[in-house]
Amino acid sequence: MITLTMNGLPVTVEEGSTLLEAARFFGFPIPTLCHLEGLTPYGACRLCLVEVGRGDKAKLVTACTYPAADGLVVRTGSSRVIRARKMILELLLASCPQSKVIQDLAAAYEVRQQRFRQEYEDCILCGLCVRMCEEQMRAKAIGFRGRGERRSVGTPFDAPSPACRLCGGCMYVCPACQLRCTYHEPEKAICGSCANLSPPCLEKREFDDLMCFMAPCVACEIRKG
Amino acid sequence: MSSEDVSRIVEEHAGKPGGLIGILQEIQARYGYLPPDALGAVAEGIGRSLTDVYGVATFFRSFSLKPRGKHLCSVCLGTACHVRGGAVIAEEFGRALNVAPGETTGDRDFTLETVNCLGACALGPIVVVDGHYFSNVSPVRVKEILEKARNGLDNVEVTTDQRIFPVEVSCPRCNHSLMDPARLVDGQPSISVTVVFAGEHFRLHLSCLYGSYNVESEREIPRDALADFFCPHCHAHLTGGSNCLECGAPMVPMIVRGGGIVQICSRRGCRGHLLDLSGGMQ
Repeated sequence: MITLTMNGLPVTVEEGSTLLEAARFFGFPIPTLCHLEGLTPYGACRLCLVEVGRGDKAKLVTACTYPAADGLVVRTGSSRVIRARKMILELLLASCPQSKVIQDLAAAYEVRQQRFRQEYEDCILCGLCVRMCEEQMRAKAIGFRGRGERRSVGTPFDAPSPACRLCGGCMYVCPACQLRCTYHEPEKAICGSCANLSPPCLEKREFDDLMCFMAPCVACEIRKG
Repeated sequence: MSSEDVSRIVEEHAGKPGGLIGILQEIQARYGYLPPDALGAVAEGIGRSLTDVYGVATFFRSFSLKPRGKHLCSVCLGTACHVRGGAVIAEEFGRALNVAPGETTGDRDFTLETVNCLGACALGPIVVVDGHYFSNVSPVRVKEILEKARNGLDNVEVTTDQRIFPVEVSCPRCNHSLMDPARLVDGQPSISVTVVFAGEHFRLHLSCLYGSYNVESEREIPRDALADFFCPHCHAHLTGGSNCLECGAPMVPMIVRGGGIVQICSRRGCRGHLLDLSGGMQ
């Protein structure tokens, strides 16, 4: 067992657990986008930042990848942490304003506007879908391609992958994706968990691409007439 | 593309961790780009998913998934080249070739690309065409560079190229000079040796300019054939050098006046050579 100080309280956690697991176990909320139990920690979204250490030597680390250690001093909600999270949320809003998950988080952190050039991406490159496909579905149909600002998630050559079983796991875990489907809650289809006033599938011609699991699909009904 | 080539390349790298990049580099060196079928074959060969291989192939700028032209023209847009007008050079190349960076001309002659830094910042703006560096490029030189590339950059101009200098050599056995002032090659006294090829003896005159590969032979030696070299004075077999680093053929040693030895490859057409000015023969 490991004893560390979390927000001033001495806490004891099992060996091998991460700061995120420890914090959640003791009820300190830490927001995450790229973390999912059952998938390897990735540290991509940076939202789970916490402050580790004392005084001038304190540094910001991602809780999801940082292993708990004896004597560690951790603050999960210091002003520095909140400031950093707000900035990250602003940046996420700048790239993916349509995501309901990011909107909710931003609202919770009282981010009311963002100061950067507005983009309309539908991916924050958190890698959840890539890890889902590889680790849980054992398919490895999708992966990261390119790098820098050209980095994207998809199949090789954008061709339908023979490894893909259309399980929809990638869309299910996605926090930002426009193709997000609310298949088991059809009543939410229009207002949608993505909170789009017009569902994205209405604007797209190729319904095949969307891999919609709704039957009947409310959006399709609207489209037909 | 033949799948045998790809599987041979994959086999050569089998079992080496991090071999994927090496494999892709070899395939690219062979075909000029990475054909989609080859990526599939590589994935199968090394037991990784196509997604991984594709991810690596698209990650590195030096890999191209599109066929490239005969000549690759890289314009540096790194910080130093950028402030010295690299962007203007890239634009000028685009205008001259009528393509955008990253594209290949319709006749498959040129591929234009921009690179982030070539590591020769003091010489900027830099343009590299087929491995040849052009420094301090100005827009007016663009046409000239393209013209040179079309004519083939590997043809060395022996009269003007600064890197080429004459060497005077002698036989390692009898130390008699091998220079023949009566027979000029490249406007300089030639190196005269006796060659035995296919049972025939004849004279071979080599250019004495280090870096020039011009020879004059009394008989034709077919390309890639190996010949035996002899001293025309003491008739010693000029042998005992190392093996060519390029093709593995035995090399012909000769003593350079002023100290050192030069070795040339005995294979016709091979440009392998060694110059060691530090010491004499072992």
